[in-house]
Formats: sequence, structure tokens, C-alpha cells
Amino acid sequence: MEVELTHYLVLSGILFAIGLFGALTKQNVIGILMCIEIMLNAANIAVVAFSRYLVPDTVLLTGHGFALFVIVVAAAEAAVGLAIVITLYRNRATVDAEEMDSMKG
Amino acid sequence: MGADIAFWIFAVIAVIAALGVVAQRNLFRAALLLVLSFFAVAGIYGSLSADFMAVAQVLVYMGAISVLIIFGVMLTKDVQRGNSFNRAWPSALVVCAALMGLLVFVFIDTDWNTDMVQTGATIAEDKPTTSAIADAIFDKDAGFLLPLEIGAALILAAVIGAIALVKDK
Repeated sequence: MEVELTHYLVLSGILFAIGLFGALTKQNVIGILMCIEIMLNAANIAVVAFSRYLVPDTVLLTGHGFALFVIVVAAAEAAVGLAIVITLYRNRATVDAEEMDSMKG
Repeated sequence: MGADIAFWIFAVIAVIAALGVVAQRNLFRAALLLVLSFFAVAGIYGSLSADFMAVAQVLVYMGAISVLIIFGVMLTKDVQRGNSFNRAWPSALVVCAALMGLLVFVFIDTDWNTDMVQTGATIAEDKPTTSAIADAIFDKDAGFLLPLEIGAALILAAVIGAIALVKDK
């Protein structure tokens, strides 16, 4: 069975759903960050696969450029997110998302 | 053919590792499974003949982000049991399963316009993509020069912000 665009998109959808489930249900904030990285990876697979199969001209690698920008934003997000988690842990001594409710009205 | 086999192997590894990240109770093991998932995604990029993306995935995700996450895991306690589910997990499971089914149905049902591939138009299987990506980003008319500069400023702001957040008062 020849691998085509649909296979990559289905893989991307499955990974995205797994990451979304983890991001919605994890109690540990670092676990939530990990699942967000899985979701970003899934979106990147879809972007690169579209670039490969729908615009197969090597001059037009716009999808690769998009995926690179997603990687840049993911790196910044991981750095700031973990800094926030460590600051919260220092102040509240917890990494449980349900106990971080100081902004609750 | 070889790329097809590689796709199946790496796809299975990626999905199993991602499921492990979600299901694993030990947060440190979950972080290591996350690294495995990143590696499998790099292999997927390789099977898409996206060599630069595969290298960037290995360098940035496996090299930098995984180290950051493992540092975060080690700097906070509850490593052994700190990755459990919250009370809303049954409804979240239903919602995510429905979303996955919908996504897979749409992806399979849509008639993607891949005629350029079928008619034998140019797919450069073995050409390096690095210079082509540079051409796409730095193109004067249709390039991404402003987003590139904004990305550089974003990284700088993120680094300064992270240092300012964790600095002792």
C-alpha cells in the first residue's frame, strides 16, 4: 500500500487528538506542556505533508517555512512556560493545575 | 518503497510513544517517551524528503526542548506519581475520540488535489531542501522576512522573560 498524503494527515490527526486529550486531562502542568508539544508536532507533520504533496515544486517550500516558524514559537513557548511553572512551584509548592486557582474570581 | 516502510515504522513509534506520554504515571518516563515521539516525527520528516526539517526537529526538539522539559521535571517534586488524570477525563476522552474520528473521516473523505504527483510532475526526491527553504523565506516579493525578524525578537523576549521570571528577587 503506497503511502500518500492521506496517511500523513491521518497520523497527524491521531497525534493531535492524543495530545489534546492529555492537555485536557493531565493534572501536572509539565505534563500539559508535553502534550502541547505533541499537538504542535502533529500540526507540523500536516503542514510539511501538504507542502510535499500539494505543491511538489522544490522552489515553493512555503510549508517548510511555516513549520520552521512553528518550531521557533514552540521553543519560546516551552522556555517561558517552564519558567512560569518553576516560579509557581517556588511560590505555591505545587505543580497541580487544579490548585493554581489564585486568579479565580 | 523504502520511504513507505520508514513511514509505517515511524508512525507506529510516534503514536505509541504519544500514548505513553499521556498514559504514563511516572513523569520522568513520560518525558523520555516524549523524546522518542520527537525522534519518530523527525523520521516522518525524513520520509517526506524534508531533510532540513528532520535536522531542525532533532536539534531543537530532541536537543533543546526535551532538555528544558526534563529540567522542569527534575526541579519540581511529585515525579513518581505526579502525572495522573483529573476528574474530567471520561468526557474529555469522548470529546477527543469524536474529534479524532471527525478528523480522520474528513482527511480520508476529501479528494485531495494531488494530480501533480500522479501526472509525474517534479518531486525532487533526493534534492537537499535547505537552500530552497532559504529561497522561500528570504524571497524579496513573497518571502517571510518580517516574520523572521519577529521570530528573532520573540526568541529574545522569551529568553529575557524566562530569566526575569525565575530570577531571585
